[in-house]
Amino acid sequence: MEASRTAAHQHQFDSAAQQYEASALGMWVFLVTEIMFFGGILTAYVVYRSLYPESFAHVSNHLSLPLGAFNTVVLIGSSLTMALAVHAGQLGRRLQIVVFLALTMLLGSVFLGIKAYEYHHKFVEGLVPGPLFTYEGADRGPAQMFMCLYFGLTGIHALHMVIGVGVLAVILAMAWRGRFSAAYSTPVEMSGLYWHFVDVVWIFLFPLLYLLGRTT
Amino acid sequence: MLKDLPLFPAQASTVAAEVDNLFFFLLGLTVFFSLLIALLLVVFAVRYRRRSEDERPAPIEGDLRLELGWTVIPFLITMVIFVWSAVVYARLTRAPDDALPVFVVGKQWMWHVQHLEGAREINEVHVPVGRAVRLTMTSEDVIHSFYVPDFRIKQDVLPGRYTTVWFEATRPGRYHLFCAEYCGTQHSGMIGWVIAMEPAEYEAWLAGGRGQSLVSAGEELFNQLGCVTCHSGESGSRGPNLAGVFGKTVQLASGEQVLADEGYLRESIVNPRARVVAGFEPVMPVFKGTVSEEQLMQLIAYIKALEVAAAPAAAEPQPAGSIR
Amino acid sequence: MNEQTPRIHYLNVNYGVRSWLLTKDHKRIGLLYLAVISLMFVIGGVFALLVRLELLTPGPDLVTADNYNKLFTMHGIVMVFFFLIPSIPAVLGNFLLPIMIGARDLAFPRLNLLSWYVFMLGAAFTIYAMLTGGVDTGWTFYTPFSTTASNTNVIATALGIFINGFSSILTGLNFIVTVHKMRAPGMTWFRLPLFVWAHYATSLIMVLGTPVLAITIVLVALDRAFHFGFFDPAYGGDPVLFQHLFWFYSHPAVYIMILPAMGVISELIGCFSRKRIYGYTFIAGSSIAIALLGFLVWGHHMFISSQSIYASLIFSFLSFAVAIPSAVKVFNWTATLYKGSVSFRAPMLYALGFIGLFTIGGLTGLFLASIGVDVHVTDTYFVVAHFHYIMVGGAIMAYLGGLHYWWPKISGKLYPEAWARVAAVILFVGFNLTFFPQFVLGYIGMPRRYHVYPEEFQVLNVMSTAGASILGMGYLLPLLYLVWSLRYGSPATANPWGAFGLEWQTSSPPPPDNFDHAPRVEHEAYAYERLSLEEVKVGS
Repeated sequence: MEASRTAAHQHQFDSAAQQYEASALGMWVFLVTEIMFFGGILTAYVVYRSLYPESFAHVSNHLSLPLGAFNTVVLIGSSLTMALAVHAGQLGRRLQIVVFLALTMLLGSVFLGIKAYEYHHKFVEGLVPGPLFTYEGADRGPAQMFMCLYFGLTGIHALHMVIGVGVLAVILAMAWRGRFSAAYSTPVEMSGLYWHFVDVVWIFLFPLLYLLGRTT
Repeated sequence: MLKDLPLFPAQASTVAAEVDNLFFFLLGLTVFFSLLIALLLVVFAVRYRRRSEDERPAPIEGDLRLELGWTVIPFLITMVIFVWSAVVYARLTRAPDDALPVFVVGKQWMWHVQHLEGAREINEVHVPVGRAVRLTMTSEDVIHSFYVPDFRIKQDVLPGRYTTVWFEATRPGRYHLFCAEYCGTQHSGMIGWVIAMEPAEYEAWLAGGRGQSLVSAGEELFNQLGCVTCHSGESGSRGPNLAGVFGKTVQLASGEQVLADEGYLRESIVNPRARVVAGFEPVMPVFKGTVSEEQLMQLIAYIKALEVAAAPAAAEPQPAGSIR
Repeated sequence: MNEQTPRIHYLNVNYGVRSWLLTKDHKRIGLLYLAVISLMFVIGGVFALLVRLELLTPGPDLVTADNYNKLFTMHGIVMVFFFLIPSIPAVLGNFLLPIMIGARDLAFPRLNLLSWYVFMLGAAFTIYAMLTGGVDTGWTFYTPFSTTASNTNVIATALGIFINGFSSILTGLNFIVTVHKMRAPGMTWFRLPLFVWAHYATSLIMVLGTPVLAITIVLVALDRAFHFGFFDPAYGGDPVLFQHLFWFYSHPAVYIMILPAMGVISELIGCFSRKRIYGYTFIAGSSIAIALLGFLVWGHHMFISSQSIYASLIFSFLSFAVAIPSAVKVFNWTATLYKGSVSFRAPMLYALGFIGLFTIGGLTGLFLASIGVDVHVTDTYFVVAHFHYIMVGGAIMAYLGGLHYWWPKISGKLYPEAWARVAAVILFVGFNLTFFPQFVLGYIGMPRRYHVYPEEFQVLNVMSTAGASILGMGYLLPLLYLVWSLRYGSPATANPWGAFGLEWQTSSPPPPDNFDHAPRVEHEAYAYERLSLEEVKVGS
């Protein structure tokens, strides 16, 4: 996206184009760090899954497939609204940016709400790892390991979503105040990259946690 | 005090000399290259020291052959070291088949040792000279490490699994035993001795020790805990026949195969539903928490000692290569 | 060229606490880091001194076992995470990187300031943890000891390190984007100073490796706080998985600590031999090779951990491979002195000391890569000696060398040369006396992290402690005379060393925007033999 030469830029840059390129590269490098971050716990998942395939498959049935699937649709929908917000930003349409960002935040919050409900349900079922774990099967250890990974993976993902919603709130406020134009909507675009990334992580988590080995 | 200054450990095992030879080669390499670099630096610095603030040295062109040379040659040297050390490592990790088994449980902050014949020790391991000894070890709590410097052996000791290390002492004597993986307050107190004795003295020491043999203790537990009920060895029993199972490959219900080593036997007792044998139901009770690590070692010693009974007509397939 | 100290420069352009705490100037941020990591070095050094004092005698005379375990743990944590990893990148890298490539600042100045605040927050957490009981897990906090058995402030410390990790990640991110996007016209990749190449390679490691440490800390915290069981055998967890995750970061971390040091050495050797660094391309390439290969060798910390024999052999092979690029650098540095014009100013003494000590430290790494020998020496003082040769004999010497070399640029003052040379020699002697005996101690079997030890190990321990006191005094000297020079040192010219590099084409101290006129680069770095100082003056 070519920025206008007359667009303002911060003093350390020589041009708006350089500033934009730097921002984009910076965000991509940041997303690479996030891949490494999630990669660590995904490695733990892969290791333990290969050690206890039956237990993992069996316990994953305790997760609610309808809720997980619904959440997946919600999140993909939020990526759509986010993409529309970025597009609106590139066209400089202030009101559209605001509306689509608000929708994205709304869908993100729906996702988080459902997640909270799922967590509560696990608590009630006695499937929260630690002293409150009441599962009585013979494979208690591996079952608890699955739930540790479930809470670990979805919890860290949820934390990223909360941060994402917070960031979008700030971008929305900026948009409301008319800070963006066709020449400059970089923050919208960068937060869009982040949001899409968080969505893609969920696209990995959903099958790994909810779908593999499901029998019900 | 200086007279007693130790500069080198004793060579008290069959592998010590091999390890030391590699060490000396590396030492020679280190001394050679360190001196070479130091010498070159000093010689160049002095010979080409700056004589006036304005002097401008003549340009030197890079030389690709030189660069390749001092890349490839060190690489080849390191490959020699790699292969040599792999050979030493292979010796360190392959215990002879007739090694004497000894069982070790590490816990904060002591070593519990059990000999097959029943002798028990704390922080000491008596072994015969000239005979390979193989330690099967586990930890009751955190990670420890069994280290005997004079034998050049060291092996981490982990909770929830077995690790093994072997050695053959070559001279009688008392050799330091150290815990080498930090394990808390008394880590530096978790030390003791490996005492190597001439074979005759060792037999005498064994005989003098009181205590039930591991196999006999294991047999008692096998009956007390009710193992014999399901693992009776009769056809149609609820649990697989354990006679001769140690060291064999076992077919699992999941379709995989597993080697029935000490680790598998231990797991089958503390976590029986993990890898169930094909053709049997997952109904074995979980014994984790009911038996201690030392009792587990006794049970395993017993199971290892169970001989194959006279085979009935419809026998299990014989192992490949056996003569029948 | 303006030879006088300029009237307005980055230090006096504005005054007051706010102008420092809210600065966006990379040069001031570098100094903010200098202040805090110097403090952390003193703290880590005090812990080391107490450890060495205790080890004067075989018995438990000075501190209890628990306190001793806390001392070596906290020494390691402070030195690794709060001194070594930030030192050269956050102080010298921050200050010099933009100037060396001809930019006005880093790509993201506010992110740079945030990095510093995040570092302060992490340090605060960790110091709080240390003041309220300490932590005794060893800086490697192996499970299950750290998750189930330790009774100390594991989570608070882990949190401090976690937060500090973000400082590392953000700095690395900033450097990568800056080097890619903000080079002055004519500054192609292969005209970059080797200091920049080194920091670029380091930044790759920072952004790829540190997040893995972060997630590992999260898993440990979950295990400890909520009794999750990622590493607990009782849950079917594997304590060795922790080691894999931990070392996946912590091995590359040692390259974070040494690559910037190597970058400094390249600059020093070039300037004080007055020659283009021999094999520039090979040194640049070696930096990248070390960064990449460094991610493939973590299992050499785990040869006896119950790791499979085959995995161990692969890690051993790769560990030999990663040694080669470092050797290539040593040969190239040495060759640079050939037919050069060698000066023995203090920075050069540090650089020469580095090459000698790094060579020894690196070669002892070969002992550790050889599994057959490693079985005997791992977890002993041999390893302790090896890494201190690299970290202290290498990295800290390079840091001090660089600090002296660029001190005139940073402060506008000259340090007292005679004292600086004395300090360099004292440090070299003290260092060797401290750590060489530890090689012997390790081979004769003294394990590391031992509070008490068998009597026969005492003589070597006494030698080591004697060296440590000399080392401590050696470190005190630069602290004193560098601070002294701020007020009483002679004013420095723009280029007191007659060196090449964009940083020497601007005043000492530099103006707030680094250059009076935007530079344009027309020739390679270090063109000492080809061009005179006047010819290399950059145009606008």
